[in-house]
Amino acid sequence: MQFGLSESQEFLKDSARKFFAGECSISEVRRLMETDTAYDTALWSKLTEQGYTGIIFPEEYGGVGLGKIELMLLMEEAGRALLPGPFFSTVALAGSMLDAVGSPAHKKQYLEPICRGEVRSTVAMIEENANWDPRSFEMSATGGKLTGKKYFVSDAAIADFLLVVARDGVFLVHSKARGLKISPMQGMDLTRKLYVVEFSDTPAEQIASNSSLSRPLDIATTALAAELVGGMQRTLDVTVEYAKTRKQFGKPIGMFQAVQHQCADMYLETESARSAVYYAGWALEENAPDASTAVTIAKMYASDAARTVGNRSIQIHGGMGFTWENDIHLYYRRAKASETAFGDATFHRERIATAVIDSASVSARSA
Amino acid sequence: MDLNLTAEEMAFRDELRAWLASNVPKDWEEWREKPMEESFPYLRAWQRKLQEGRWAAVSWPKEYGGRSATLMQQAIFWEEMARVEAPPMANSLGLGLIGPTIVAYGTEAQKKRYIPKILSAEEIWCQGFSEPNAGSDLAGLQTEARLDGDHYIVNGQKVWTSYGWVGNWCELVVRTDASAAKHKGLTVLLVDMKSPGVEVRPLRQMTGESEFNELFFRDVRVPAENVLGKVNDGWNVAMSTLMYERGSYGARLHLIFKRYITRLIELARTMPRSGRTAAEDPVIRQKLAQCSAEIEIMRFNQMRAFSRITATGVPGPEGSIQKIFWSELNQRLQQIAQEILGSYGQLMAGDARAIDKGLWSYAYLRTRGNTIEAGTSEVQRNIIGHFVLGLPRSY
Repeated sequence: MQFGLSESQEFLKDSARKFFAGECSISEVRRLMETDTAYDTALWSKLTEQGYTGIIFPEEYGGVGLGKIELMLLMEEAGRALLPGPFFSTVALAGSMLDAVGSPAHKKQYLEPICRGEVRSTVAMIEENANWDPRSFEMSATGGKLTGKKYFVSDAAIADFLLVVARDGVFLVHSKARGLKISPMQGMDLTRKLYVVEFSDTPAEQIASNSSLSRPLDIATTALAAELVGGMQRTLDVTVEYAKTRKQFGKPIGMFQAVQHQCADMYLETESARSAVYYAGWALEENAPDASTAVTIAKMYASDAARTVGNRSIQIHGGMGFTWENDIHLYYRRAKASETAFGDATFHRERIATAVIDSASVSARSA
Repeated sequence: MDLNLTAEEMAFRDELRAWLASNVPKDWEEWREKPMEESFPYLRAWQRKLQEGRWAAVSWPKEYGGRSATLMQQAIFWEEMARVEAPPMANSLGLGLIGPTIVAYGTEAQKKRYIPKILSAEEIWCQGFSEPNAGSDLAGLQTEARLDGDHYIVNGQKVWTSYGWVGNWCELVVRTDASAAKHKGLTVLLVDMKSPGVEVRPLRQMTGESEFNELFFRDVRVPAENVLGKVNDGWNVAMSTLMYERGSYGARLHLIFKRYITRLIELARTMPRSGRTAAEDPVIRQKLAQCSAEIEIMRFNQMRAFSRITATGVPGPEGSIQKIFWSELNQRLQQIAQEILGSYGQLMAGDARAIDKGLWSYAYLRTRGNTIEAGTSEVQRNIIGHFVLGLPRSY
């Protein structure tokens, strides 16, 4: 048993970190977050050159064919850099869904351009009640057409096509389709824009009927948790650095245990979230029987931990942490948005409860 | 990253499972609630049996009677022991902490003299580290040893000594140079507990039992040849012992905690709350789920730490994460147990109405010690702050 990164995984993570440090500095993040879509063509083609847009997809569709752990490592580094724009929506979310439920023809037509970096995409799921339980989705297609609204759709305005999760399957809608209206929501996270997507008799191509979406959603959920881990790591790093240099009463504030112990807790929370995410990535890669539970555990823990780490960081930064100028709030905003996306900790705890309390709990017995 | 067991690990596990299946005592359940004074011969016999199968000290080098097991194999060992609910071994400190320290720092003569009897449980070992005025600040200890010819004369007091009442030998940390800086004047002595001037008193703890002892040393003569390691290098020797304390033993906690939560879920199905069962109460469900998840994350953290140690060769200060994690988790777990059991949670062993023979009231009280023993949570956070994150020392 070896729960550490392999040499090639370390290499990928390291080169991703260097790539983002060079191509996606925090000043670039600030520039993009002031734009309508937080999308930059030049940055996207660089992501594509790195192979990141096709990282986990089969080589026959122009992908790189790496595993889920590699995706998580990449998302972690993207999160550390607070990468703005539709990378998560296009690759981890829409790409995973096409890969999981699309026919070979669909993949050729839609997944391949994603791998090649030619298109952006996203998935529209939740509705006005903001319930992440897929059983609550009410929209359904009539005669190949969709009518109704989807809420909190990330990066919809920059997507070339959208995948829509409806009661009767997954549908693909082109951005230029008739009766499609996309209007921005003013979300807290400035780096990943959210939209209401309205369909009125909008033509939609059916990609899948009643296939289970749990696998692609598990991949996306874990990717989001991995991104949170990267954000936590960055938050921890700058906070520790600040605690070493900021002086009060003639001493670095990191010398005071009230501060130091909060940093220690940030470390514990970050590392624990990372363990949970890596485990979930491995379980997904191996199709382990506990993969879905592992994903739920990872998202549950990371959702709470990211918020807590952010809280501690702002507190340790004092007045500086409350300014617009300091970058911590940018991570803090992302953490809050990601906390609720794909279900917050309370949502996932209830899922765990259903699994461990309501089922016969045989698994724990046999352990 | 590959979380499947390797062929070697699988073979190790299967051999152990087969051995345990035919050797683990079936009647431990009847013994476990008796006072340790009564069950101790039983635990000694169990350890001897393990040693006959060469399972008592799997981490030790083969030449000293172990199996040179990798850290992962050691973790498997403790998991399997927990899985079959095997009794503990009589000489657990000798096997887990002190034996490895003697192997690392002892002379050939010391190894020959002490190691075999640690393995056979013929000589039980205890640890004389903490003192009334030296807890977290261990290096501030005051028990002094003065050289007089070829003997040291030891005077002082130790506290929180497990197995003191049954110990034949003690790994004792003493001050041999009062003029040196506090970490520099310490020495480790191997002390025969039958030496004149050693007095052992039980220390009654808040649970009502006496797991620990106080040790008093009055002009105790210890041969100079019983120094372990170098004179005035005792801090390093003692730290190496404490490092083993944070080793693979924690691997068993996953199954122990899982057993707790499984039982709690069973109980929650029967305990009423707000017109339904506790298992249906949304607040209780949230708390049980949080705990279940954290029990898994504790294991993920452990596996990552074991892999890191295996790769780098040294247990690092990251072990402090494990200590904080399991101890605080256990406290939360016992608090949830109390919430589920309501008024029944307080009933102690001896009351016929107590649930699970008072396990939960005992565990609730006992877990308060978890964040204190083996390094308080505050000390662990200092270790992370200073040694992991590089923040300036706060003290």
